[in-house]
Amino acid sequence: MLEVRDISYQIRNRKLLDGVTFRANPGELLAIVGSNGAGKSTLLKLCTRELKASGGEIRLLDKGIDTYSEKELSVFRAVLPQQNSVVFPFLVSELVLMGRYPHSDFHPSEHDYFVAEMALKKVGMWEFASRVFTTLSGGEQQRVQLARVLAQIWDVPRGILFLDEPTTGLDLLHQHQMLELAREFTQKGFCAIVILHDLNLAAQYADQIVMLRSGKVEAIGAPQDVITVDIIKRVFNLNVWLVEHPEMDCPMVIPQQNQFSDRY
Amino acid sequence: MDTTATIRSSPTTHQASKSVIKTVINPWLMPALVVTLLVTLIVSVGVGALYVTPYEIGLIIVKSFGYSVEVDSTKEAILLAIRLPRVCLAVLIGAGLAISGAAIQGLFRNPLADPGLIGISSGASLAAVMMIVLEVKLFQTMTGVLGMYALSVVAFAGACATAFLVYRIARVAGKDVITTMLLTGIAINALSGALTGIMTYLATDEQLRNITFWSLGSLGGASWTSVLAILPFTAVALVCIPRLAKSLNLLALGESQASMLGVNLKSIKRQVIIFSTMAVGTSVAVAGIIGFVGLVIPHLIRMGVGSDHRRVLTGSALGGAIVLTLADSLARTLVAPAELPIGILTALIGTPVFLWILFRERRRTIA
Repeated sequence: MLEVRDISYQIRNRKLLDGVTFRANPGELLAIVGSNGAGKSTLLKLCTRELKASGGEIRLLDKGIDTYSEKELSVFRAVLPQQNSVVFPFLVSELVLMGRYPHSDFHPSEHDYFVAEMALKKVGMWEFASRVFTTLSGGEQQRVQLARVLAQIWDVPRGILFLDEPTTGLDLLHQHQMLELAREFTQKGFCAIVILHDLNLAAQYADQIVMLRSGKVEAIGAPQDVITVDIIKRVFNLNVWLVEHPEMDCPMVIPQQNQFSDRY
Repeated sequence: MDTTATIRSSPTTHQASKSVIKTVINPWLMPALVVTLLVTLIVSVGVGALYVTPYEIGLIIVKSFGYSVEVDSTKEAILLAIRLPRVCLAVLIGAGLAISGAAIQGLFRNPLADPGLIGISSGASLAAVMMIVLEVKLFQTMTGVLGMYALSVVAFAGACATAFLVYRIARVAGKDVITTMLLTGIAINALSGALTGIMTYLATDEQLRNITFWSLGSLGGASWTSVLAILPFTAVALVCIPRLAKSLNLLALGESQASMLGVNLKSIKRQVIIFSTMAVGTSVAVAGIIGFVGLVIPHLIRMGVGSDHRRVLTGSALGGAIVLTLADSLARTLVAPAELPIGILTALIGTPVFLWILFRERRRTIA
């Protein structure tokens, strides 16, 4: 569904991404992880066409990403940005309905209202529908934005969902609910690309993990193959223990004790 | 989380169930604005040195459509030649300024922006002041050809030129980023302010009086000719700007999100700038600089109807028309038979309102 081939991106002489290649299939949740400044957000921006690659090719649904118009992309591709700033005091319901704009003419149809309502219920924010968005807490705002993004591609057969650090500002319950939701959408044939910081969340929910280190792919594959003591040591410069998840077949990362004290 | 909602259910089976989602904050405000505008029109046409009752206004208008009814000929002359064109001009200018203000605030994602920000007003006034002060050959021939409308044409040209300059510089300086345009606008405004200052410094006392009168704004020069001159420009803005409402709503989410939702950023920027320049440029050309309408009206409307531009834009047009018509009635009746410059009135009323909004916003963000 999303195919990234040998993509590179540079500003002046600084290479931010170099030869990144991966492929995300329908029904898959792909997590992008890596240290700060490894190029995760840049990679996501290239995939959403916010930036233009210096080299390589990105294909969506077997067509080059540049062959689509904004309008065509907006009906099956949705992006949840890392930072959400809304300037005017819109109602929560108005904001979620904005996700339906690509599908409606001047006024939303009855079906658009219905989708907005379902999306709000899905993220558990239905009771907040007639509140003013800017008065909500950070985590609540994030969930409303998720509802808007889900509403945008709610009823397309093969949608693609980009989430840039979606768990920021969410409590433990809602972090897991956020990823559970992304997983639920992949099960109906969507593809989700998620930037994550928490390796345990990535290990638990991702079908495929792309581990970036200074602009290059360090490791790619199933969680068991990517989340290893060696790779984490190389990418994050951190010594960890790995334990087995009590009920799932995935590793969990536990940092070792006192590893910074002798370094400084 | 509500687990009863499931995404797998086919959407068609639910289409019949009507959603109870509420998006309209105050459904009666728009009809109320329309009624207020009509009442304002009747009152403003009526008041003045000679009071004309609504009934007489009705008769005079009926007569002007060719029916034979008995009317007072003095009142008829005053109404048709002086008051009606003046009120029409106030409606057009007020609506044009306010709707442009709302659109520009939406485009810049900044509730404190106003049409002056992209250089329209300062460019127009620079051109007009140059025309008044520099009695050069070009301007004199223009006056010969265009007569009393030369100043308006020059001012409009100045407005277009600065808006275009701001847009071009911003594009060269930094891709298509709106913040760059805002900063460029501030820089160009400062520059034309300085140039206008030089002109005023060079001006004679007689010219200075002209400049002052012009830069304070007045609808005193209203005639059917000036109404017809700005009608096409304002009409285009009033018809086309509301069609941008959805895109302006999406812009509130940020430029990148707007483009993810299918907004063509380049096209929306160009359209907002062109339509605002048409509305504001012509109004400055005909009536001088009338401040605060473009800034304050959209705010007041937002408080009433919420932030959805589908209502804010039309609401602002109505609100602007009401406020400017009322302000003009005050301007010509308060110190009759003399006249106050309308720019003074809008600023006198606008400033306290604006400060009140600022403090109110602050209180809300702190609370």
